[in-house]
Amino acid sequence: MADSKRGGIRGNERVAGWLFVTPVVAVLGLFLVVPILMALWVSLTDWNGQGSPFRSGVPFAGLDNYTGLFTDDGLARQNFMTSIRNNAYYVAAVVPLQTLLALGLALVVNNRLLKGKGFFRTAFYFPSVTSSVAISVVFLFMFSNSGAINEILGFVGVNGPQWFADPRGVLHLALGAVGLVDVSAPPAALTDHGVLGLTWWDWSSGPSVAMCAIIALVVWTTSGTFMLMFLAALQNIPGQLDEAGLVDGATRWQRLRFITLPQLRPTMFLVLTLGLIGSWQVFDQIYVMSQGNPAKTTLTPAYLSYRTAFRDFDYGSGAAISFVLFLIIIVLTLLQRRALRERP
Amino acid sequence: MRTLATRFAGYAILVFFSLVFLYPFVIQIANSFKTEPDASANPLSPIAHPFTTDSMARIFDGTGFPTWIGNSVLVTVIVTICRVLFGSMAGYALSRLRFPGRRPLFATLIGLMAVPGVVLLIPKFLVLNQLGIYNTYAALIVPMIADAATVFIMKQFFDSVPVSVEEAARIDGAGIFRTFWSVVLPTARPALITVTILAFQGSWNEFPHTVVAVQDPSLFTLPRGLADLVSGSLGSGSQYPLKLGAALLATIPVAIIFVIFQRYFVRDANEGAEKG
Repeated sequence: MADSKRGGIRGNERVAGWLFVTPVVAVLGLFLVVPILMALWVSLTDWNGQGSPFRSGVPFAGLDNYTGLFTDDGLARQNFMTSIRNNAYYVAAVVPLQTLLALGLALVVNNRLLKGKGFFRTAFYFPSVTSSVAISVVFLFMFSNSGAINEILGFVGVNGPQWFADPRGVLHLALGAVGLVDVSAPPAALTDHGVLGLTWWDWSSGPSVAMCAIIALVVWTTSGTFMLMFLAALQNIPGQLDEAGLVDGATRWQRLRFITLPQLRPTMFLVLTLGLIGSWQVFDQIYVMSQGNPAKTTLTPAYLSYRTAFRDFDYGSGAAISFVLFLIIIVLTLLQRRALRERP
Repeated sequence: MRTLATRFAGYAILVFFSLVFLYPFVIQIANSFKTEPDASANPLSPIAHPFTTDSMARIFDGTGFPTWIGNSVLVTVIVTICRVLFGSMAGYALSRLRFPGRRPLFATLIGLMAVPGVVLLIPKFLVLNQLGIYNTYAALIVPMIADAATVFIMKQFFDSVPVSVEEAARIDGAGIFRTFWSVVLPTARPALITVTILAFQGSWNEFPHTVVAVQDPSLFTLPRGLADLVSGSLGSGSQYPLKLGAALLATIPVAIIFVIFQRYFVRDANEGAEKG
């Protein structure tokens, strides 16, 4: 070793350094990097799960598994586009709701006039550390037909829906309620035409009633974590800033809008990014609570890719869905980064 | 007058949301000890009437619960020990040791942290299948024994503490591994507790990985067994008291750790904020 003459310690470090990182590099390489490459190959084949995907007999499909999701009119595209629609509505509901709730709770907990911060912080955060499966069981019970939610709705005179058996989209319900459309006989202009395998009427459904129950669960579990992030950021804002605003006669709202919120910008960015990345990956709750039902309205790309591979044994198509989902997450994260960073 | 009103409104909001966030657990506990007709007639009631431990008994007699709990303990213990050990070794090397390829390695690690886990489900199955370990304990455990986040947290920690103590040890002639084991690790206690808790919570609650690693019920961990229970392996009836009881038992270990080590959980979430 060339270095060993000048300093034995540095020479040792070359070997020791690699020895120290070897376990991590081996495990992550074998179960993170290699799998991605293997899946990339499988997504180009029609492998059915029998034997090795590298055998010579495995039919090569080229880009068929990908075009099947976008251009070929068929069940694969219809399922995939339905899952995209469902997840998009889900993200559009979950991300703003959890961010607002987290920010609101953090602002209240951070109020100097209130005592018992520790207790409330713990109470709000506790749901985030529990098992997603265990908590899904609890919500399944709460949203069951004779469950707690419908009992509460009954107190205020509302007849609760059969949550997990109800595929009606809430946008359709809202449009129907204000009399714009007749949900039982939707306008032909919307049902006769469409794009990417779904009619305009299908695209415009909004999240289904069943999906709303899952949205409620996820907002409830994730808000606590994000509240802690906002709280940490709030505690880092120097008190003098707020006092300066007070001296200048700014109202409570003005101080929040022009002093506090701008200081929270980096945290807001982090929370929105993590929320976006996380909510495009929803899987556990779907697996436990609805398996994509009713009428495919809780099908998401993550769950669809699992189902396509492990239930229908179409691994190529399942892997292709995974990669498209990967791409969606990357692109949306980059777009969001630009949108939030470019403003002063 | 104004501050009084603010205070009242503040507390009202906090108490309301405390109920929203905690009452589901009350419902879960209460209904685990109810009879099935009682649970469906009075789901909101915090009191089981009549009180029965039938469901609890059936969890242990009539389901795979004892097996799942054994598997969960085994997986969690091995994964937690390995993750913390390997993670702190790698974190230390990346922070302190000069070796070729250190920087690109760290950059790669950061990149891997950004790979969405759900996207890896089918890929992980492919590798486990190719290696011939699908549906074994090895499949359940080995892919989880190292993770990029632990390495990252440990590296950040070592970056933040002065090197003087270990340099002294090194000058005294202690080897690199000895220095790491008996000088560096003991001083890294706060960070070690944080990553241990994260590893424990992560592996105890892990669900998607078990879905693609095993299919034999004798290899199920608690979350997997629970998911199986809910999606209909019980046969007739909704049997909510039993399901809620099983979910409750699965939640208790993490709840205990949470109550004891709360400030370390909080610390972890705050570290996330500083990255932004």
